[in-house]
Amino acid sequence: MTTTRYVIVVGCGRLGALLATRLSQAGHSVVIIDYNEAKLAKLPADFSGYRMQQDATEAETLRQAKAHRADFVIAATNNDNVNLMVAQIAKVIFNVPHVMARVFNPAREAIYRELGIDVICPTKLSADLFLEVVHATTSARP
Amino acid sequence: MKVLLIGGDKTCYYLARRFIAKGYHAVIITRDAEQGRQLARRLQAVVVLGDGTDPQILDEAGVRQCAIVMALLPHDHDNLVACQLAKEMFAVPRTVALVHDPENVDVFRQLGVSVAVSVAGLLGQVIEEQIGYEEIINLAELAHGQLSINEISLLNGAPAIGQYLRDLRLPDQSLIAAVIRDNRALIPRGDTRLQVNDHLLLVTRPDTHSEVLRVLMGDEA
Repeated sequence: MTTTRYVIVVGCGRLGALLATRLSQAGHSVVIIDYNEAKLAKLPADFSGYRMQQDATEAETLRQAKAHRADFVIAATNNDNVNLMVAQIAKVIFNVPHVMARVFNPAREAIYRELGIDVICPTKLSADLFLEVVHATTSARP
Repeated sequence: MKVLLIGGDKTCYYLARRFIAKGYHAVIITRDAEQGRQLARRLQAVVVLGDGTDPQILDEAGVRQCAIVMALLPHDHDNLVACQLAKEMFAVPRTVALVHDPENVDVFRQLGVSVAVSVAGLLGQVIEEQIGYEEIINLAELAHGQLSINEISLLNGAPAIGQYLRDLRLPDQSLIAAVIRDNRALIPRGDTRLQVNDHLLLVTRPDTHSEVLRVLMGDEA
């Protein structure tokens, strides 16, 4: 049996919506935040979490989302700097134990990892996967 | 000494001009090519085109040699990241961020920005102080204007200062309903003695209003 976690997802783009839906299907308690109402409306019917239409870079928004009780905050908007700010507010102001941020620019990744944010860099992950295939193909060649 | 400004709008222009006039070397990072051309034409500054929240652009702009980095972009999150990169990656001793949400002044300080300035917060403070210094504030008109409630402050030199309420020659049909002294409210009685900087809540009628003000505040009121 898995424990129910309280997860706040910031950003309801493709990634945020997918994450929120899967977490909700897995039985976790999910709040998704986006300032764009149309994006929140696109969530599938089996998303049973709570939707907040607000700007998550205002500390007040995370306070209303009861961030101090959250187990995870995932910052998944399509803007690196928004994600980094939201993640740090969650970590430093609300002491959320697990904070993750999507950051596209690999140059920004290391420094924020040092500041205690779990940074997921899709650019670097894709590059690694592509290179893995290239290396596998190259070494398989006689 | 070298300073780096990240922005490009009017605030950035006037700030840069001020620092240059004081003998600083200014570098400006702006995303907007047209803005960049204008700034380069009007200022003795190095202008770099690009995203000031990108470590590579910051490095190219010479951020390592800067004593101060000022982030003046329209979004708070961009200003936060620009300052943090300057401080953590490039060891810039002082970072200054413009913030729009006044609550972010504290948030930014906790996240390591040396100084965060909120224009809305500063303006609000100045305006509130101005209102606080108004001598007479009309709070309400009641019963179709037959009754008005005003708050006045007793500034230095007002004739009512030092007087007991029972000795004031206030007209009939008027009332000092409350005295606010050092943020504490008192319901006054005849033996209440008025002090400088007291705020009085007055209930007056149109025919007695100016006489009440004259007795309390003098002829200038």
